[in-house]
Parts: sequence; structure tokens; C-alpha cells
Amino acid sequence: MSLRNIGIVYRKELTEALRDRRTLISTILVPLFLFPVLSVGFGALAVTLVGKAKEEIPKVMLRGGEDSPAVVEGLKKLDKIEIVPATPGWKDQIINKEIRAAVEIPAGFQSDVAQEKSDTVKIYNYQGELKSEFASEKVEKYLKDYRDKVVKERLAAKNLPETVLRPFDVKQENVAPPEKVSGAAFGGIIGYMVILLCMSGAMYPAMDLTAGEKERGTMETILSSPISRMHLVLGKFFLVLTAALGTAALSVLSMGVSFSVLAHYTAQSAGGRAAASGLLLKLGPKTVISVFLMALPVAVLFSATLMTIALFAKTYKEAQSYLTPMTFVVIIPAVAAMLPGVELTPELSLIPILNVSLLCKELVAGTYHWNFIAIIFTSTCVYAAAALFLAIKMFQRESVLFRS
Amino acid sequence: MIEARGLSKRFQDKKRGEIRAVDNVSFTCQPGKIYGLLGANGAGKTTTLRMLATILEPTDGTATVFGYDVVEQPEKVRANVGFLSTATALYPRLTSQEMVEYFGRLNGLDENTLKRRVDDIFNRLDMNEFRDRRCDKLSTGMKQKTSIARTLVHDPPVMIFDEPTNGLDIMTARTITAFIRECRDNGKTVIFSTHIMSEVEKLCDTIGIIQSGKLLTEGSLPQLREKYAERDLEEIFVKVVAPLYAASETH
Repeated sequence: MSLRNIGIVYRKELTEALRDRRTLISTILVPLFLFPVLSVGFGALAVTLVGKAKEEIPKVMLRGGEDSPAVVEGLKKLDKIEIVPATPGWKDQIINKEIRAAVEIPAGFQSDVAQEKSDTVKIYNYQGELKSEFASEKVEKYLKDYRDKVVKERLAAKNLPETVLRPFDVKQENVAPPEKVSGAAFGGIIGYMVILLCMSGAMYPAMDLTAGEKERGTMETILSSPISRMHLVLGKFFLVLTAALGTAALSVLSMGVSFSVLAHYTAQSAGGRAAASGLLLKLGPKTVISVFLMALPVAVLFSATLMTIALFAKTYKEAQSYLTPMTFVVIIPAVAAMLPGVELTPELSLIPILNVSLLCKELVAGTYHWNFIAIIFTSTCVYAAAALFLAIKMFQRESVLFRS
Repeated sequence: MIEARGLSKRFQDKKRGEIRAVDNVSFTCQPGKIYGLLGANGAGKTTTLRMLATILEPTDGTATVFGYDVVEQPEKVRANVGFLSTATALYPRLTSQEMVEYFGRLNGLDENTLKRRVDDIFNRLDMNEFRDRRCDKLSTGMKQKTSIARTLVHDPPVMIFDEPTNGLDIMTARTITAFIRECRDNGKTVIFSTHIMSEVEKLCDTIGIIQSGKLLTEGSLPQLREKYAERDLEEIFVKVVAPLYAASETH
């Protein structure tokens, strides 16, 4: 094994990679801008949209209630909704978003309440439509407050304490550290992003250094030099690995920056604070380093596998058609790890990609299961070593190098 | 010095079954002489030369190049061979000088020797004007010069040229043929393959005619003229190849 020879190949491939626009875009530009655009952009957009939806004064149509003036009066006094008189075709108006909701008060509602008869007030809305739900929430809150008031009055009239209806209270209290709460929701995405970017960072150089070399006719040139094929493949492999890790490192870095910028932004806007608190994530250096360390064997696995597959192709285009389906092979386990309720088990910790994805979720949430970390790191290293061995073997096969 | 003994290469093809690309070929090339391998497309020239350059491994037989066995010591063989073909392209994103330096380093030259060698070659081939230009921005002639510099950087005693003038314009092709002659005059062992009769007539000390992977005849041009009672090399070639060619066509 000659480190000098591997180094010579590596340095040359690095020189070429740094002069290649496509490589620079996929390994540096994409990870650097994807996270700010995704997190800050989306986050800010969400905060603004939620804020706007809350600020708009929705129109709510009142149907019936002619004989219940007190309730109607109360509704009209409500802040931030506008009561409009009943017109025909109200359902279509809700669907067409001309009005946001409609409330239907049954005939004789107020006198029914006074006589302790039960009635149903109906609120019509457009489910899943944010502004419509806000409007109906407000109306519903008013009606529930009104109901509570009636209950209290009745209890008072009969000289009964309020505890008759509420013998005791039930309360939930969170004891998990704050990063765990946000980690559970968003930790999955981080692992997913790092794994996917690791792959996309390795993909272009892996194709360029194998199929690309065949396509440009330099494969025969390099094979005629005295360097052994093992040194050649290792030099190339280290460059692909550099690209994968570079992409992963840049993505983790830009992710950290993006989240702190997002935190800063939401802290400033009062309306956004509540809406975005679920998005906020505290990523310490310890988390960042552990996520990166777990990405290391994954990057080796990707680099070697992608190179082996791309080597079969004769042209860059052919390599692309082989590697594009690979993206799905990676995305599926990475997405599976994001599903709620999927947690690390000894069996799952042996499935490549899924295991690291799940572990990242835990790491971001601040949990360190050392036995799982050991199993996952070791098993991924074993897979990675197998993939690298296969890549070296393939580089020694004439039928692969000179496929015609 | 190159000695091929029973060199054979078989491929498995899904449709056609086993293909004997090179079938039991033996020949010797001497230092200071040019050996020309003449054959039609698909005759087995490229495969033979690739085996000599250890890019492919022979299925049977072997060859020694500068005393090293192509199967046993392929890396030693490659260190003593300059291999040039129209298929051996340049790295587009390296400059002409970086390209030559890369191959110098791969051949184990230390930085001092490398610098001296590169300066010498770039002066000799008149390449200083474009030494820092990227290979994808070079003209065909400049590319060929860079390729020549690449094969010369480690000063190999054996030169292998696989259809080196294929697809080149006349002026660039002449640079190559001049270079081949120069290699011979410097005492190198030279083997080259072509299907162009005039190149063979002008350059070769020994001619080998190959068809369907078999070396059919061998000798200097005068010897072949006498043996086949023809003056024109093309006529000789047709006489030698015709029986096998007809057979392979009907096959």
C-alpha cells in the first residue's frame, strides 16, 4: 500500500473537482443554501402566513337568532370577526371563501335555555382551511363561554358549589428538557437531510470519476500508467468521500446557522413566537459533532457503493440512470425513520441508513443510548468496508472497465 | 524488447458465445526497430497492444516487455512503457503541464527530476505557449503534443502506439509519425498498429499482418514482397487476409 500514490491520485482528482462547476454546485452550493432557504424561508413564511390569517377579520354569517337578541348582540360584539346577515347560498359562499363560516342559532334558543331545554347551535366551516377554522374557533369559544355562564347561574340558583360539575382537575406537565420536545418533532428531518445531502454530495463525483472517465477516454490513459488499480480506486474513493463529508459538514453547519437565525427572527415577531415555537431547535456543538460522526461511515458506504455502480456505466448519462433510483433506496428508510412511533430496536439498528436516521433523531433530542450507538456505528462500518472492498474488486475486472 | 509468446484473449459474448479476439500470437520486437501490426478493424490489434501494455490480462500465453512479464509484473511493465492511442484522452480540467506532471508522479519521479524532465520536454516539443492552458481548450495538435509529452515523461524504453493517427488531420498525423521515427532513432523498442498501408510502408522495419485474432504473416517489406510476389502492400495484405476474411464474413 503506497500512501504516496493514493495521495497523487487524490490531489489530481481534487484539482479537477474544484475546477468543475457541477461538482461545486452539488457539494458546496446546494447544502449551503438549501437549509437557509428551507428553514428560514419556510419558517418565516409560515410565521407570516399564520400571523396574517389571524389578523384578517373573517366574515361569519348569522342564521336565525331573531328571537335570541342577547346571543346575537354578544356575537356582534366579538373582536376580529364580522357578523353578516343571512343570505341564500351560504354554503357556496363558504366554499368560495366569500365568508369564512356560518353560525345557525335554532328558533327560540334563548327561551329554551331559560326553560332548561337542550338545543344545538351549529357552526358551519371549511375544514382544513386555516382562516375558516380561526373564525369558527372564535364563535365556538364565545358560545362555550356563554354555556359556562349559564351553568354557573343555574348552580348559583340552586345553591350548589361549582365543584359539583368539576370534582377534580386533570393536568399534563412536561418534564422532558426543552430540546427533547422539539427534537422529537424535528430530529428526524435533520438525520434525513444529512443522509440525503451526503448522498447527493457523493453522487456527482462518483459518476464523474468512473463513468465520466470512461466517457472522456481517460480511463485507458490512466490504466496505462504504473499505478496499481487499488491505489487508483482508493485515491478516487477518498475524493468522493471528501465530497460526501464536505456536503454533510456544510449542511450541518448551515443548518445550525439557519436555526439560530430562525430563532432570532421568531423571537422578534410577537405573533410568530407561538406559532413557531414548535419549530425551534436548540443544536449544541455536542449534537452537531455526534451527528457528523455518525454520518462518517454512512458517507463511506455511499461513496463506495455509488462508485461501484457508476463504474458499470459507459457514459455519464448511463450512470445517472443507474444512480437516480438509488436516491429512492436511500430516501425510503430515511423517511421511515421520521414516521411517528418508529423507534430504535436492536433489529432496526442493523438496517443501514434507517438505523443512522433513527439515531440522529435521538441525538438531536439529546438522548445518547451508547449501546445503540456502538451497534449502529459498527454495523455501518462493516457495510461500508464491504462496499469499499467491492469497489476495489470491480476496478480489477476487465469486463466492467471495458464494457462494450 | 518485446516478446509475445502464444498471446491469447478470449471474451464471452452473450449473443455470439466465445470470441477469440487474439488467438495464439507470437512475435518479437527489437530495440531501435519499429514493428507494425497491420489489420482491418476488429482484427485484434487493439486487444494485442492492450495486453502488452497490461491494460488487459491475457487468457493464455504471455509476453515480456523490457524483461518483465505482463502477467507477473504488470506495474513494472507499465513503468517501462509509453502507451499512446487515439483513445488515450487527456483530463479536460487539468492544464497541459499538470497533465504531464501527473503522469510523471505516477511513474515515481521525484519533484526535481520531474521539473527538469517537464521543462526539457516542453522546450523540445515547443509547448511552452500553452503549458498553462486547460486540456479542454487545446487544439487537436496541442492535445497530441501533450499526449506525446505524457508518454515521454518517464523516458520509457518501450513505446506502444495503438492506431495513433486515427482521425487526425494530415499535419497532426505527421507530428505523430515523426515522433515514432524519433523514438526508434533514440533506440526505443516501438510497436504500433494501424490499418493505413502508407504508414506501414514508410515506418516499419517489420510488418505483422493480423486478422481474426491470428498473426498470419510477418517480415520486412522486401521479404513480404518476395514471399507474395506482389509489389504493392495493399495487394499483399489482401492476398494474406482474403481467405480468413471470407470465412469470417460467412460466419
